[in-house]
Amino acid sequence: MFEILERQDMADGTVVLNEISAPLIAKKAKPGQFVILKANETGERIPLTMADTDPNKGTITIIYQIVGKSTALFKSLQVGERFQDVIGPLGEPTHIEKLGTVVCVGGGTGVAVLHPITRRMKEINNNVIAIIGARNKDLLILEDKMKAASNELHVCTDDGSYGHHGFVTDVLKDVLEKEDVKLVVAIGPVPMMKFVCSVTEKYKVKTFVSLNPIMVDGTGMCGCCRVSVGGKTRFACIDGPEFDGHKVDFDELMQRLQAYKEQESVAYEKFLHE
Amino acid sequence: MTEKSSKKEKIPRQPMPEQDSQIRKRNFEEVPLGYTKELAVKEAERCLQCKKPSCMEGCPVSVDIPGFIKSIKEGDFAKAVRKIWERNALPAVCGRVCPQEIQCEGKCILGKKGDPVAIGNLEKFVADMEREHGNGDLPPKSALTGKRIAVVGSGPSGLTVAGDLVLKGHEVTIFEAFHKPGGVLVYGIPEFRLPKEIVYSEVNTLEKLGVKVECNTVVGKTVSMDELFEQGYDAIYVGVGAGLPRFLNIQGENLIGIYSANEYLTRANLMKAYLFPEYDTPLVRGKDVVVFGAGNVAMDSARTAMRLGADRVRIVYRRSRDEMPARSAEIHHAEEEGIEFFLLTAPTRFLGDGNARLTDVECLQMKLGEPDESGRRRPIPIEGSEFKLECDLAVIAVGAGANPLLTKSTEDLKINKWGYIVADPESGKTMKKGVWAGGDIVSGQATVILAMGAGRKASDSIHQYLTWGW
Ligand SMILES: Cc1cc2nc3c(=O)[nH]c(=O)nc-3n(C[C@H](O)[C@H](O)[C@H](O)COP(=O)(O)OP(=O)(O)OC[C@H]3O[C@@H](n4cnc5c(N)ncnc54)[C@H](O)[C@@H]3O)c2cc1C
Ligand SMILES: Cc1cc2nc3c(=O)[nH]c(=O)nc-3n(C[C@H](O)[C@H](O)[C@H](O)COP(=O)(O)OP(=O)(O)OC[C@H]3O[C@@H](n4cnc5c(N)ncnc54)[C@H](O)[C@@H]3O)c2cc1C
Ligand code: SF4
Ligand code: FES
Repeated sequence: MFEILERQDMADGTVVLNEISAPLIAKKAKPGQFVILKANETGERIPLTMADTDPNKGTITIIYQIVGKSTALFKSLQVGERFQDVIGPLGEPTHIEKLGTVVCVGGGTGVAVLHPITRRMKEINNNVIAIIGARNKDLLILEDKMKAASNELHVCTDDGSYGHHGFVTDVLKDVLEKEDVKLVVAIGPVPMMKFVCSVTEKYKVKTFVSLNPIMVDGTGMCGCCRVSVGGKTRFACIDGPEFDGHKVDFDELMQRLQAYKEQESVAYEKFLHE
Repeated sequence: MTEKSSKKEKIPRQPMPEQDSQIRKRNFEEVPLGYTKELAVKEAERCLQCKKPSCMEGCPVSVDIPGFIKSIKEGDFAKAVRKIWERNALPAVCGRVCPQEIQCEGKCILGKKGDPVAIGNLEKFVADMEREHGNGDLPPKSALTGKRIAVVGSGPSGLTVAGDLVLKGHEVTIFEAFHKPGGVLVYGIPEFRLPKEIVYSEVNTLEKLGVKVECNTVVGKTVSMDELFEQGYDAIYVGVGAGLPRFLNIQGENLIGIYSANEYLTRANLMKAYLFPEYDTPLVRGKDVVVFGAGNVAMDSARTAMRLGADRVRIVYRRSRDEMPARSAEIHHAEEEGIEFFLLTAPTRFLGDGNARLTDVECLQMKLGEPDESGRRRPIPIEGSEFKLECDLAVIAVGAGANPLLTKSTEDLKINKWGYIVADPESGKTMKKGVWAGGDIVSGQATVILAMGAGRKASDSIHQYLTWGW
């Protein structure tokens, strides 16, 4: 089990795709759910959202950005090698219903998580407008897939090397001005989700975000993933990972993500050294 | 007889040899070193072999205590452990973690005038002898019945059910959410109190008997209970533990450096964060540590923090010493290792710096008032008694609740208002046909031996069901 059947470098090697054999998970997973993976005996438990699943083939696909020791270790795994442990599907699936016009906003690797949600939104006949962004053209992922999964796709780059020059929020404002948007789904770096929410709040459009706090078990057992939503403590692994973005305390989330900064760089340096 | 017994009483209770407190407080090796054969026999000789052994009344699973002690006295350790096995499949675990002072030893007749027989130490001794020097004989198994049982959760109650039923000839599969089996024995209780090798050796024995262990399977997510029935399982035992951390619900609780005991201990034990960076999982290594609560979980957290290099570790508890729920041995060990106790003290809020890192906890002093529903005197805040404790790590160990993951996904499994599964106390039968439950998910966080006792009752009932019907 958990053998890597396919592997692909994306975004200039900063992002990797793995298709992994996990029949039980593939059968049950729904868009928005995640798995926890552990590469080997000494490894950490790392949560990653499923970017795709193939129940017939019995596989799940993950797409992850290399940000530290564990993702770098994952990157080093080749086709034919295995993850020691894969647990899932975890978290609540995205609530998907026919609403009318839905805007799906994705930044960076968040686009990978957004893709299955976008596709499903369109499948049930929503008018789906997708807006995806990256720092530059080379870091942009899944443009073709997002095009196919939506009715209308806008691409932004921070440096203007491709598509609209600027942030996803610029395009989002235009869309909100012109269209009767029923729902926005925003997935990406925490600051991006925060800005999207401050825009949609002005337009009073309901907005779902997918939160990525640090996790351990992913089953509601430890409270590591706690986030403040509407002034209440919620566990992202069982109550989320999706929440009403207008109620999320993003600043607290950003701070909590820094909890292990020093130890993470120690581990990463050590790994790069070896 | 009287003369004989009074002579026996003169042998003092044999103390357990232990690692020196100043050395052990910085390592993760087991604290008690174990009895030698000589010490064990000498201790066994203290037992009066009572006709009506009161010690057994204190044992939740009625181990034949004088029986096994007699075999130790005779030097037949293999026979002694087999005597225990008749009622308790995990003596190496129970000898280490049972609260003997309120169970068997608390009832031992010798305790009336002096020190009770060290029943726990003897239990540990024979179990360790068997594991290290035994012939590895497996108990005899009944003919295969063709019936299949799914056990959800691999804590002590699930392991007990699996062991009982596989011996009765049924096919048993354990489904465990974590990547390793053992439940709290592995993710919660630290190495220095219960070496993980012991738990794995118990699981290994079950596997040799034919039990299948499927880790990484979250029942309710990876597979539902109804799907297990569809796959052909005839009965399901649910032993998923309590598994929901309780927080204090005070200001500042999400600052960096504040952990639930579940998270702190899981990182340290299961993920081996104490070996970081050889192992990848990080953990805040506090210099000034505060732990809230005074049960076993709090002692384990405090002593783990000490072993991870803390300068000061303080236990903050809102009641008084008499109410501390931890095993007395753990409180004693914690004190020897330099853990400080702030009793009749309750936290009011956490304070942090500009980077949201914990710097202090503000506390309030309490005094004892009238007894509450639990019969314990209720702590009442003393107005204006606030004071601050500087700290960079805080661990909250004030109990656990019922994890809703499985029960939420199984509608016809009835739960009570606290979220625990409703099950018949005698048989463990739930309101859902073919499903039994026991251990912490029914009783709330209790003890290893009670979880095992519940498992034993349920396995009897499951066996009856598989033989005769619901
Ligand atoms: C539900 C969920 C879904 C996610 N899905 C994806 C995904 O599809 N693709 C993707 O690229 N990333 C995803 N992430 C983030 C991913 O888990 C982290 O990037 C990864 O854990 C970093 O590990 P590392 O050792 O490589 O980096 P580290 O050096 O450990 O950390 C770098 C940064 O990553 C974050 N991080 C560290 N450990 C964890 C952890 N256990 N859980 C969450 N975040 C952590 C912290 O902010 C940290 O500062 C998801 C996170 C969550 C919670
Ligand atoms: C730190 C600590 C110290 C303790 N010290 C002592 C002590 O000294 N003496 C004592 O007697 N007791 C002690 N206890 C209490 C004792 O450990 C518990 O009462 C006992 O372990 C309960 O056993 P259980 O089998 O009900 O559940 P658990 O041991 O909690 O095991 C349940 C298992 O089920 C798994 N699980 C949960 N949900 C699912 C799911 N949906 N699908 C699959 N698997 C699932 C969990 O991962 C876990 O492995 C301590 C507890 C803790 C936390
Ligand atoms: S009560 Fe004490 S002395 Fe009597 S049989 Fe039990 S252990 Fe021995
Ligand atoms: S990750 Fe442990 S409770 Fe969510």
